[in-house]
Amino acid sequence: MNEQRQVITNRVAFLEQKIPGYAAALGIAGLVVLWEIVCRMNIVPPLFLPAPSAILTAAWDMLVNGELIENLLASMYRIGAGYAIGAICGIAIGLILGFSRWADAILTPIVYSIYPIPKIALLPLIILWFGIGEMPKVAIIALGVFFPVVINTYSGVKTVDPILIKAAVTFGSNHLNVIRKVILPGALPMIFAGLKLAAGTSLLLLVSAEMIAAQQGIGSMVLHYGNLMITTKLMVGVLFLSLLGLIFNRTLQWLERKLIPWK
Amino acid sequence: MRIVIEDVGKTFLDSKKREVTALTNINFSIEEQEFVVLVGPSGCGKSTLLNIVGGLMSPSSGTVYFEGTQGKKPKLGIVFQEIALFPWRTVYENVIYGLEESGASKQEQQEKGKHYIDMVGLQGFEGAYPKQLSGGMRQRAGIARALAVEPDLLLMDEPFSALDAQTRTLMQEELLTIWDRTRLSTLYVTHNIQEAVYLADRVIVLSRHPGQIKEIIRIDLPKIGRDKEEYRSQFEQYADQIWQLIKHDAQEALKEG
Repeated sequence: MNEQRQVITNRVAFLEQKIPGYAAALGIAGLVVLWEIVCRMNIVPPLFLPAPSAILTAAWDMLVNGELIENLLASMYRIGAGYAIGAICGIAIGLILGFSRWADAILTPIVYSIYPIPKIALLPLIILWFGIGEMPKVAIIALGVFFPVVINTYSGVKTVDPILIKAAVTFGSNHLNVIRKVILPGALPMIFAGLKLAAGTSLLLLVSAEMIAAQQGIGSMVLHYGNLMITTKLMVGVLFLSLLGLIFNRTLQWLERKLIPWK
Repeated sequence: MRIVIEDVGKTFLDSKKREVTALTNINFSIEEQEFVVLVGPSGCGKSTLLNIVGGLMSPSSGTVYFEGTQGKKPKLGIVFQEIALFPWRTVYENVIYGLEESGASKQEQQEKGKHYIDMVGLQGFEGAYPKQLSGGMRQRAGIARALAVEPDLLLMDEPFSALDAQTRTLMQEELLTIWDRTRLSTLYVTHNIQEAVYLADRVIVLSRHPGQIKEIIRIDLPKIGRDKEEYRSQFEQYADQIWQLIKHDAQEALKEG
């Protein structure tokens, strides 16, 4: 009998395969090492692609002489202020559009017709309105953040289960509390999807605006060293933009976990 | 306090803009401490009626009112078929929702919250989110939330229909025990005849097209322990009587899909 035995094994075990935590670091480390080797062997001239070690050295120098900090602070102020204004207005107006049928009917067509305009095209107009100070940069970022947030908040409100609103009203909630205690938390997952989308947009607009009209900031720094053909310092700017984006995303993820513990 | 449903009717416009009568000529009352069950085939408008009584839908004609309120604003508690707990609130926060909205003090919220969580047997799960609970436990939390406001009328819309058969039987027993302690006037909607006979003081049988009251049957059995052997034949008689009233309509409903 024994020879006829056929043990059944789990044929979909590959779906549950465990990957160790260092795998993520492995890819990046491998790429950097490969890059360094390519540069050291002079396969690509340093003008076109500076070595990672050279970029890091340049970054250290720029940190010490304060140039980097100065530009970074200017950029972070713009993106911080613009993002905050855009996000707060976006969430507030998205909630109102989702809740009030009148506001929805009147304002939503306007929102959807302005939404597809690439916001950077409005920069010359905004400079005309606000002058050439910090205002136009903050305004263009706020505008770029506002639309994805407002549209996601709006759809988030629409996806809140009406039975929950009925339940809240049954147990005595007034309209304000329905928005505060049911619609806002119910829309929160979608709001965060909008905030993450807007994070990418805001970085793009920051760099574009700084390249077009700014003396300071990472964007103008990158353009400046590009014009001077100092690619090492240009890459320092790119490196810090990547770090900025990474930190931005991580912060939003952390905030999302804090605010949506029930998921 | 007694609740009167007077000449209530409801018409809808269907997708082809034709008028459809969902309910017509509904007249009954729920006495203080009475457990009334609405039973009928699918599409008889029983959930519509419950929504009207709960103030979640306006009737096309007729009125629903509380009698003998003595100036007090009557409170409603609803247990939903979909359970409808707030996913972002823990069990405790869900249970005290109504108290919070009525402006009860923190201390009162805590006392009543604990009392009703204990009553439905959810002690130890106060800090859990609805997602972490089984269907039966979620509905217990839903019941506790409705009881916590100490309502003048408790409405239950097929509260156990989403549960599996075993959990359902247990929950019916528990509901009776809880009801026996609180004695709340209750309007309960179900399509399950056994459940209706098991729980009701009076069963209101609805028919469809249009939804109207076919018969009101008083269940003359002791409230607790109707599933005992000695009441079996009477229990079956009631169930059969209701089934005969509904059978034709249910068959029609089946044909329509």
